[in-house]
Amino acid sequence: MDLLDKFDSIVELRASLPFEKADPFKVVIDEVISETEAIIGGRHTILAGTNNYMGMTFDEGAIDAAKDALDNFGTGTTGSRVLNGTYGGHKALEAAIADFYDMEHCMVFSTGYQANLGMISALGGKDDYVIIDADSHASIYDGCSMGNATIVRFKHNDYENLERRLRRLPEDAGKLLVVEGVYSMLGDAAPLKEILEIGKKYGCMTLVDEAHSMGFCGENGRGVAEQLGVEDLVDFYLGTFSKSVGTVGGFAVSNHPKFDVLRFVSRPYIFTASLPPSVVASATKSIEAIKRSGNRRAHLWENARRLHDGLKNAGFNMCTPEAQSPIIAVHLPDVMQGTKFWERLLLEGVYANMAAPPATPAGMFLLRISVCAQHTTEQIDEIIARFVRTAEAVGMDV
Amino acid sequence: MAKAETLETIYGLIAPINKKGIDLKPGATFAVDLELDSLTVMDLVAEIEDEFDIVLPLNMLPDLETIEQVADAVEKIVSEG
Repeated sequence: MDLLDKFDSIVELRASLPFEKADPFKVVIDEVISETEAIIGGRHTILAGTNNYMGMTFDEGAIDAAKDALDNFGTGTTGSRVLNGTYGGHKALEAAIADFYDMEHCMVFSTGYQANLGMISALGGKDDYVIIDADSHASIYDGCSMGNATIVRFKHNDYENLERRLRRLPEDAGKLLVVEGVYSMLGDAAPLKEILEIGKKYGCMTLVDEAHSMGFCGENGRGVAEQLGVEDLVDFYLGTFSKSVGTVGGFAVSNHPKFDVLRFVSRPYIFTASLPPSVVASATKSIEAIKRSGNRRAHLWENARRLHDGLKNAGFNMCTPEAQSPIIAVHLPDVMQGTKFWERLLLEGVYANMAAPPATPAGMFLLRISVCAQHTTEQIDEIIARFVRTAEAVGMDV
Repeated sequence: MAKAETLETIYGLIAPINKKGIDLKPGATFAVDLELDSLTVMDLVAEIEDEFDIVLPLNMLPDLETIEQVADAVEKIVSEG
């Protein structure tokens, strides 16, 4: 029996999509011109579908630090954090993140995905409950699958639905409430004040994933919990270096006095190689720079609001009533129009993300734009103009 | 074997999403017979939880393929309090 036969329906679905000149799953970026521009398929293209929110990928300090680390420490650690894979740089990075969050402890993981796997699977034991939002990122779901806890799901961002479920759980059981600050498909922010207050009322420890909100939400860029003034209700923050920080890796921070024991029990932390010294060095510089980047934060929000307003005024069906993050998503009517729109937009010189089930909630087809702090106002206006032209070209009513 | 009353309550919750008018019976499966996608099933699970005032953990769902299996699981959870 061919074990790959079970995927035939996926191959068929994939083959049925009407792409002619480009394919969203096979895009190759040939040349990167800047944080916001690249050559794709020989065309000069505005990048509007990266997670480079704070535009740190070409930060001079981060690049210099990475080059120094390469020269002095080599290309990789070739080992686990708990064996030979912890260098001085890894400790300095953990200290920089703890300082950024004004918390005591930090653990650096090799990716954000692994940070969620490692935290959720270790914290949620056999007799515990892990309570998650239905629209959680795959890494949260996978962290749940990896652990032994009982998993309870509540309706996306619906704190009344959450409370009804928490009320039914045993009062004295261990409970971990896992939520995100910003959800990456629609770009909608969570009502963290209500959610975390309810969680605390029912005795939960709380983990907030600020992957898509770190860098620009809150005065210091710590995320939505800071923005809403509820940092005291967060037991664990989780984050990534692969978005605002501009490289790759993940982290968890906490004030919990026993936090460090997780280094000995979290398998995704232990059984993988640690980050290369160059990545660690650039992440450290980038996080230090982000802390001081008040102006950049302000410009990013201006860009997000300008793009949201522009597309809304042009008649697009927006996924959020206003810009709640630098992720601005529009609904597309169906998979056929969606694929045509995405392809045509790329030919117009704008790269955005097409998002389809199962990554999206409720079977939606979306075109998702991620704004960068380095986008100029002119680029934002150009993106809007090209969206309008694309809608006309594919005959989409807006 | 689940009680008729439990099955009827679950039928009532499925009725609004049973767009194809499939005959509801204990052995009907959600994915194949009722052709419900996973997101619709998720909403249905939430409705069943609220109706019976219970929690149906995510870990249990892969084993619940038919209406009767859900009804049995609901009764078991209710009886365990």
